[in-house]
Amino acid sequence: MGAWQSYKLRLRRRRWRIRAFRKRRELRPVANRASDVRPSDLLVFSTMRNEGVRLPYFLKYYRDMGVNHFFMVDNDSTDGSLDYLARQPDVSVWTTRASYKRSRFGVDWMNWLLMKYGHDHWCLTVDPDELFLYPFCDTRPLRALTDWLDASSIKSFSAMLLDMYPKGRMDQQPYQAGQNPLDIASWFDAGNYTVQRNPEMGNLWIQGGPRARVFFADKPMLAPALNKVPLVRWDRRYAYVSSTHNLLPRGLNLVYDEWGGEKASGILLHTKFLSTFSEKAEEELTRGQHYGASREYIAYADAVKDNPDLWCKWSEKYINWRQLEILGLMSKGNWA
Amino acid sequence: MLVHTALNRAEQVARHWARGGCPVVIHVDKMVPKPTYDAFVASLADVPSVLFSKRHRCEWGTWGLVAASQDASELMLERFEEVRHVYLASGSCLPLRPVDELVEYLAQRPRTDFIESATTADVPWTVGGLDQERFTLHFPFSWRKHRYLFDRFVELQRMVGYKRIIPNGLVPHMGSQWWCLTRQTLSAILQDPDRHKYDSYFKRVWIPDESYFQTLARLYSTNIESRSLTLSKFDFQGKPHIFYDDHLQLLRRSDCFIARKIWPHADRLYEAFLTDPDRAMSRQEPNPGKIDRIFAKAVDRRTRGRPGLYMQSRFPNYGWENGVTAGKYSVFQGFSELFHDFETWLSRATGAQVHGHLYGPKRAEFAGGQTVINGALSDNAKLRDANPKAFLTNLLWNTRGERQCFQYGPHDNPKINWHMSRDPNAQISVISGAWAVPLFQSNANFADLRAEAAALQKIESRMLDELRSPDVKARVRIWTMAEFIESPMEPLQVIIDEIGQKSLRRLAEAPRMENLTGFGQFLQNLKNQGMHPYLMGDFPVDPAPRNARSSKRKPYLIKK
Repeated sequence: MGAWQSYKLRLRRRRWRIRAFRKRRELRPVANRASDVRPSDLLVFSTMRNEGVRLPYFLKYYRDMGVNHFFMVDNDSTDGSLDYLARQPDVSVWTTRASYKRSRFGVDWMNWLLMKYGHDHWCLTVDPDELFLYPFCDTRPLRALTDWLDASSIKSFSAMLLDMYPKGRMDQQPYQAGQNPLDIASWFDAGNYTVQRNPEMGNLWIQGGPRARVFFADKPMLAPALNKVPLVRWDRRYAYVSSTHNLLPRGLNLVYDEWGGEKASGILLHTKFLSTFSEKAEEELTRGQHYGASREYIAYADAVKDNPDLWCKWSEKYINWRQLEILGLMSKGNWA
Repeated sequence: MLVHTALNRAEQVARHWARGGCPVVIHVDKMVPKPTYDAFVASLADVPSVLFSKRHRCEWGTWGLVAASQDASELMLERFEEVRHVYLASGSCLPLRPVDELVEYLAQRPRTDFIESATTADVPWTVGGLDQERFTLHFPFSWRKHRYLFDRFVELQRMVGYKRIIPNGLVPHMGSQWWCLTRQTLSAILQDPDRHKYDSYFKRVWIPDESYFQTLARLYSTNIESRSLTLSKFDFQGKPHIFYDDHLQLLRRSDCFIARKIWPHADRLYEAFLTDPDRAMSRQEPNPGKIDRIFAKAVDRRTRGRPGLYMQSRFPNYGWENGVTAGKYSVFQGFSELFHDFETWLSRATGAQVHGHLYGPKRAEFAGGQTVINGALSDNAKLRDANPKAFLTNLLWNTRGERQCFQYGPHDNPKINWHMSRDPNAQISVISGAWAVPLFQSNANFADLRAEAAALQKIESRMLDELRSPDVKARVRIWTMAEFIESPMEPLQVIIDEIGQKSLRRLAEAPRMENLTGFGQFLQNLKNQGMHPYLMGDFPVDPAPRNARSSKRKPYLIKK
């Protein structure tokens, strides 16, 4: 990479950081418990809107993993999730009525909170419908992973988004608060992912899964990106660029090995396709606040009306992380 | 015991040794702040057999670690008269077997020094490619903090041809820094009249903690057993693997005396090994071999990976794939055009999964007419053509363990041809020109046929050029159609044998060839129209007049 390109990326990073700094004014603190955070704490950052029904399980899942504090932005929820979050002892929550789209789909807000509170912490940036998995997550807490990453001088950890879906119509089994969403959406596509390199940012661009197979079969290049780098030892000079798909400086995107080996990586189980989905899709469509002119939701719109069945004969039923390891969706790398 | 973090764990282990009747000298890194250090000393004040030695700054790979072990050893030998063996351990070491087992083991070998010590020429485990040179160059810059300067300075010395002189009588040896030496050997090293000379030499050696005692022990020891009693496994960067709670059963089976390094929060391990009262564990020679496999596999996964896998954390550069695809597969071009029922015949003959034209223009023709196949791979042509290579590698990854065969031809997506031809897993068999058979049988207008034949011939000719390039790694066989129909069974037999799924019986049944009567005339017609088909070889215009026996076609039958 030439000096010129490197300089351009640097400017760009600065632009995103300034933008995040300006957007801080859109956030109004409701409960700021950041003073409770100790230097070695593991933090979760998240933006949401009307995800109240998912929150109890979301918080429990990450608390059990060993996360110490949550930083949440509530984008004008109407289902009482703001109050619920404000009552949690380990959650700091901000609220905003500003446009999700104009905060670059929440990235500016996240960048600001990360800049302010995430510096020198391991930070996990996930949506409320994403459940993070890493190698040995059933026997070792998240701190074991971050300690190992520290010892190996690794600053960012990749976790591909894996779309989970139920068998049968999406609205067949209603999701209850506190329930493990994987009890319902327990199926996934095991081997239809395509990988390309993004030469500018150095990250991989992964597409595929049920969304590409069902909703984007005729325009595969528009299918949603599945590559994510959610776990980063944050520094205030870093900035996420496009969701958590990639970030700057671009060395942090090199979460893959180019010489034949495998680096350690995890999975984000994406439990979007529950009974709550069709309602959500309809609302998002009218708000028009989502990425790429909400084309993802437009693509869903027709299909969603009749509650499609994403399941096929070759869908795989989720068991545990070892299964995903064997299927080649994630890797232990040299962590043993 | 050298300690720098997780002091509470170090305290636990020190108490364990003291309880077992072993005196302990602890060296705490000078980087640890004074108040923390004082609190640590105070917490162990109630144990008389635990002492603290003079603190040094211990950065990885520097002399400080050796100085620390020297001072601590001196203190140990001086203050505890009865000590016969001194064991160097770290704060993250954990004894796996009861202390008296180790005591007994050492008592039976009173003259043996356990120190891994190999000459530099013979060991491959050096990081950074410096082995002999770490003894002959200067290293004023930190490898961790100033890697650039470190590398440049090494290069400079190499260029100039600079070499340090190794003191007389020293043969550089290297090995694990965790040793167990007898009082005799250790005191001889520490009280050597030339120690000053050796020390000043080793101060400038790179990573002296892996070579100081290892080299000097060779001077004095009467009985070196060149292995470490400490179980430690190293990853590909030379840093030790860490043990966690889920390694408990593994460590129990390891039979080693001490393991390093242990994750400080591995409560179950510390609980199990420091307080476990039952001594039912086997009394046998330490044998770390059982653990080797799991960690060797981890290194292999990190450095070589799983062949044919492309995913979020493995995306090899061109040429570094270590296996472009996950398994062997066969590609047939022209066979299903020439033979009537080639696909069913092939799957009967080999037991492999036989697809149609996977790269066909309309859809991927999966075996059995499926629209989705293993791994939920869709037959949609647009999805496939967005990344044809990923389609192939996905298919082969998803069907690992089952031989895949598919048809290919000039109608299909040509972008995959080169990827296959540079893949050693591919077996590509081509009957060139066979695309003309369906044209010959079709009922289309001749002008259209001519245009299509010209286009197909052009495409196939380009494909053949790719298959004949010097960089091809696939097993490629190309016949012209004329060549092939001379004796079709021989090449078929060769291909089937190479697929090698079924027993080595000769083929008993041949696929049925299309009726080619009039094909020569068809080619001649094309020629007459100015389009010269050459890929199929030479066909006589009129095959009939040979003894004019218009024989009925029979299926081939070849007996053993």
